[in-house]
Amino acid sequence: MFAAAAVAIIVAMGLALIRAFIGPTLYDRILAVNMFGTKTVLIIAVLGFLMGRPDFLDIALVYALINFIGVIALLKYFKYGNLAIGPGEENDTNGSTGGDKS
Amino acid sequence: MEAWVDISILGLMALTAIAIVMLRNLLAVVMLSGIYSLLAASIFVVMDAVDVAFTEAAVGAGISTMLFIGTLALTTRIEKKPAHTPVLPLIVVIITGAVLIFGTLDVAVYGDPLAPAMQDVAPYYLENTKKHAGIPNVVTAVLASYRGYDTLGEVVVIFTAGIGVILLLGSWRRGLPKIAPHKDDKA
Repeated sequence: MFAAAAVAIIVAMGLALIRAFIGPTLYDRILAVNMFGTKTVLIIAVLGFLMGRPDFLDIALVYALINFIGVIALLKYFKYGNLAIGPGEENDTNGSTGGDKS
Repeated sequence: MEAWVDISILGLMALTAIAIVMLRNLLAVVMLSGIYSLLAASIFVVMDAVDVAFTEAAVGAGISTMLFIGTLALTTRIEKKPAHTPVLPLIVVIITGAVLIFGTLDVAVYGDPLAPAMQDVAPYYLENTKKHAGIPNVVTAVLASYRGYDTLGEVVVIFTAGIGVILLLGSWRRGLPKIAPHKDDKA
């Protein structure tokens, strides 16, 4: 049962990896990375049960948090072109640079 | 079953590494290196080195991805074609890999209790941790008690590195001109 789940998750990891390789747009790649992180969380949870160590679930939770932070950083970079700028400062930055972009 | 999982994850790691070498889009390379770190962390979990897996996931997939993205925001996003031929780097890599594989021939079998690393101080720690430190986790006792000064030095180094990163990426950069988004962003 757990072995079948592990096989299915590894196949899904491979599919996400293919999308990350060939993804025509960067959004495909972000989605692939996010899905890959989720699959990592799942494989660690399944491996925990497969190896008789259900306490691996705690590690899986931490991985979910790390994955979330990474994707948020990528999306923030796409939206603002910079990591040191937050939503509240967007107008301020546009003013200081003279609105150099569309 | 465990060996099968190992082989699958290592195969995915090899595919990711090849893709990292082939791709010229640096943002995709950053994302793939994050994937690579997650795979490495999975391998560490399979090998029961959970603390190493935590570090690998937090540093490799978390912090270094963000630092790479911060670097890309300040530089360019497409790697230039190298001017030289790839023959010499390939030879160097093959020789280095051959030396490393040769080195693994002498490494003790994974989990072997008779390995030299298990014979030196490990039995002492295993016997005396409960008596000296009073906690069940031997790894924690070694890090925080037996090698406490060593760990203190590591924390100082990491703290200094953190101060450096804050100074490099900190809020005083906000006055700099904003870098226009790349045309791929609108895809």
